[in-house]
Amino acid sequence: MRSSRIAALALGLLLAGAAWALGPGDVAPDFALAGFNGKPLRLADYRGKLVLLNFWASWCVPCLEEMPRLSAWQRNYGAAGLQVIGVSMDDEAAPAKRLLAKQPVDYPIGLGDDKLGERYGGILGLPQSFLIDRRGLILARYKGEANLSQMEAAIKSQLEVPP
Amino acid sequence: MSTHTSAIGALLGVFTILIGGAVPALADHKPAASIPTAALIQPADFAATLNASAAPKPLILQVGFRKAYAQAHIPGSEYVGAASEEDGVQVLQQRVAKLPKDSAIVIYCGCCPWAKCPNIAAAYDALHDLGFKNVKVIYIADDFGTNWVDQGFPTAKGS
Repeated sequence: MRSSRIAALALGLLLAGAAWALGPGDVAPDFALAGFNGKPLRLADYRGKLVLLNFWASWCVPCLEEMPRLSAWQRNYGAAGLQVIGVSMDDEAAPAKRLLAKQPVDYPIGLGDDKLGERYGGILGLPQSFLIDRRGLILARYKGEANLSQMEAAIKSQLEVPP
Repeated sequence: MSTHTSAIGALLGVFTILIGGAVPALADHKPAASIPTAALIQPADFAATLNASAAPKPLILQVGFRKAYAQAHIPGSEYVGAASEEDGVQVLQQRVAKLPKDSAIVIYCGCCPWAKCPNIAAAYDALHDLGFKNVKVIYIADDFGTNWVDQGFPTAKGS
């Protein structure tokens, strides 16, 4: 009994200290998802672009509030090298697709899972976004309701960095 | 403002509501702020009770999203699903159906910032409506990762 509690505490400390530490300077874990548009969605395919990776869900109000801005950035800065990628953390694709039918966005989206969440340091709250540079390194991690003006300023600044 | 302008504004409002359709909005969800302050418990305080071996353990239920639960949850807690959705409320109701009304129940979510969580007040209300009076709600201000895992509180993983 005592040993099991110690083991549980050790596991807790391990999870808190190691698995959740992904952040600026780390390599963004690659992934391959089935995009909702029928095409494969691989992070590696966007190497050379500035990537804004956004985790969201159809029931997440703050996620839905920021997605129109993300979509506008894709339209406005896509030609300059920005690529927004959405990863739905809904249990299934259907509610996310229904939501997107009513509130479409101009960037690709796929369905994520808990394993991908773990690889990204734990997606335990939404929304959550990662700004990833052209080499695939994480520049910034935005947890919760981000200051979108600051996020846009960071994107514009990075787009001015020569490839 | 002219009558003409007012009429256009009203039409735009109706149009917005119609277009909004099934798209969730904050107004669709009962705010977490509706939960009585006396029912709230801080994460650190609840974590301390988990470590107190002599204390009787309440039923702990996660009412957020499954993919978060699978990554990290409070040890001993059960996943019942997003209480903002009908399926989640039904699972919650079924889980407590045979329990005495004075059962100690602790619920938590942490899917989103507290002020915009769609699940926690819905879960609290569902339990309250069933007659459960000994329900505590873990106040998670930002998200489960920030306010629980990052604090080093006991955490388990897996579905």
